[in-house]
Amino acid sequence: MMTDFGREEYARLTEKRALFITALILILVALVGIAVTLGSADLPVADAYLAIFAGLFPGAVDLPERMIESNAVGIVWGWRLHRVLFAIAAGFGLAIAGTVMQGVLRNPLASPFTLGIASAASCGASVAIVLGAGILSGGYLVVGNAFLFAMLAAGAIYGMARLRGMGSETMILAGVALMYLFSAVTSLLQYVGSAEQLQAVVFWMFGSLDKSSWPKLGIVTAVVAAVVPLLLWRAWDLNALAEGDEVAKSLGVPVERSMAGFMLAASLVTAVIICFTGTIGFIGLVAPHITRMAIGADHRTLLPASGLVGAALLLGADCLARTVIPGTIVPVGIMTAFLGIPFFLYLFMRRRDA
Amino acid sequence: MQELSYSYRDRQVLADVSFALDAGEVIGLVGPNGSGKTTLLRCLDRILDPEGDIRLDGRDLCSMNRPEISRTIAYVPQNGGTSGSATVFETVLMGRRPHLRWSVTEEDERKVSEALSLLGIGGFASRRVDRLSGGERQRVLIARAIAQDARILLLDEPTSALDVRSQIEVMALLSRLAEERRLAVVAAIHDLNLAARYCHLLLILKDGRVLGRGTPPSLLTGRMVRAAYGIEASVKDEMGVPYVVPLRPSNNDDLVEIE
Repeated sequence: MMTDFGREEYARLTEKRALFITALILILVALVGIAVTLGSADLPVADAYLAIFAGLFPGAVDLPERMIESNAVGIVWGWRLHRVLFAIAAGFGLAIAGTVMQGVLRNPLASPFTLGIASAASCGASVAIVLGAGILSGGYLVVGNAFLFAMLAAGAIYGMARLRGMGSETMILAGVALMYLFSAVTSLLQYVGSAEQLQAVVFWMFGSLDKSSWPKLGIVTAVVAAVVPLLLWRAWDLNALAEGDEVAKSLGVPVERSMAGFMLAASLVTAVIICFTGTIGFIGLVAPHITRMAIGADHRTLLPASGLVGAALLLGADCLARTVIPGTIVPVGIMTAFLGIPFFLYLFMRRRDA
Repeated sequence: MQELSYSYRDRQVLADVSFALDAGEVIGLVGPNGSGKTTLLRCLDRILDPEGDIRLDGRDLCSMNRPEISRTIAYVPQNGGTSGSATVFETVLMGRRPHLRWSVTEEDERKVSEALSLLGIGGFASRRVDRLSGGERQRVLIARAIAQDARILLLDEPTSALDVRSQIEVMALLSRLAEERRLAVVAAIHDLNLAARYCHLLLILKDGRVLGRGTPPSLLTGRMVRAAYGIEASVKDEMGVPYVVPLRPSNNDDLVEIE
């Protein structure tokens, strides 16, 4: 009996996936070089890489005179690189969270935003800004509240789904309901707040990378680095869940425990990112779709690839946000929508034609 | 399997269902809509937790962990159960999940290819499942169960979306696999004549109870069909296989006593 059906194509698909991921890494490396050059002090791309390298391995390279004079290494490591890396970590995390949510809920619209987690974070930030109330104090008052509210929303969705039986529709409906509830609370706070508070809330909600710093990057990277290997390890469970609860269970997936674990992981990653950045939309929605269209739905490769797409999108959007209006940095949250959505629609229209 | 019962929110869906299943046998579950066929299959795969006793070679199914059950029992749901953007090959590969750790081995790929070939769908291994017709998709689901390499195959209406030729091909394949690989096959089937032709034993369910069990010729009588479905039917003999011709709804209350 012939037993080679589909194996060659499958090998080709595997190869295509590896290529896609390699290409994304190269794009990302190129983007890092470009992004680091952006700013008031002029810096060519080659010098940017050199400065990054020199900071990583002090003394390993002889820097040209002009770079020492302009303090290029200090500028790159002190001012620019953390923002660039933060964009990568945040884009990676948001995209992976979106991929997991879409996979678990089997719904292409699932993302941290449609599930109300982002709106809860905004609400938490508003409470901190307008009422000055929160769990942490000082510089982390807003951040702490945003994180807490986001996790509370995730917990509430999970709790409601649990009560009604863990269906994906239940979770999405609960998420949409929460989104409206938190938006209403945020609006109310904006209404009663002073002009300065209102402005602060609105700016927070735009979403930007302006407030990035090495410690914040450290926190986000630590959470993403802790959660992503776990998700990758359970990638087959995500694949099986896509086939339906019944089939997943029959294939040996502990369905309810897995769903809860996946949703918790995705919520945690989202919360830890958006509590620092504010609402950066569409990365979590668009990146998984782009990746799925390109290389299919095996989560073993879909997760990392989609993370890389998200990282490239967010970093690219931030580069544009900093250059599109000279002298002004447009909040990156606005840029991701401007960039992501037309591209997203284009992909869908093209697929319809095919 | 002994005195299996299952209740859903105070409604008893299955009551004291008992039967034995041997390797190499195909058992057909027949009975009207809502008689508990699907529930019974789900209980056998422990997707649902029934009361009662299910033993496999004398071992209690409850004492087996989920991965072990998944390597032993494969389940093909009636419809759905495929994700949109996966290819046929990847969907069938999913059947290997209980066996594989993370990476896909030579053996996994070989089993998938073999299952594709058995179901005659090797030609579109790289097509996306959501671009297939209903019948093709049903074959993909059966191929996935075969790739799972289980000793027990549970199928919920495996032929409902198939044309006449495909129906007999799939049923013949199931009965051949049962014999060659010593599998035990349980299939819920609506088509009595298809069931009669390809199943070694039939179990007629009605209202969650066993109305009758036995070989097709001994079981499929006009009286039994009337009791199960409430219709008058003429049952003919086609070379030793009963052939049921439904005639009209029955007004006769002379029902068979439930055992």
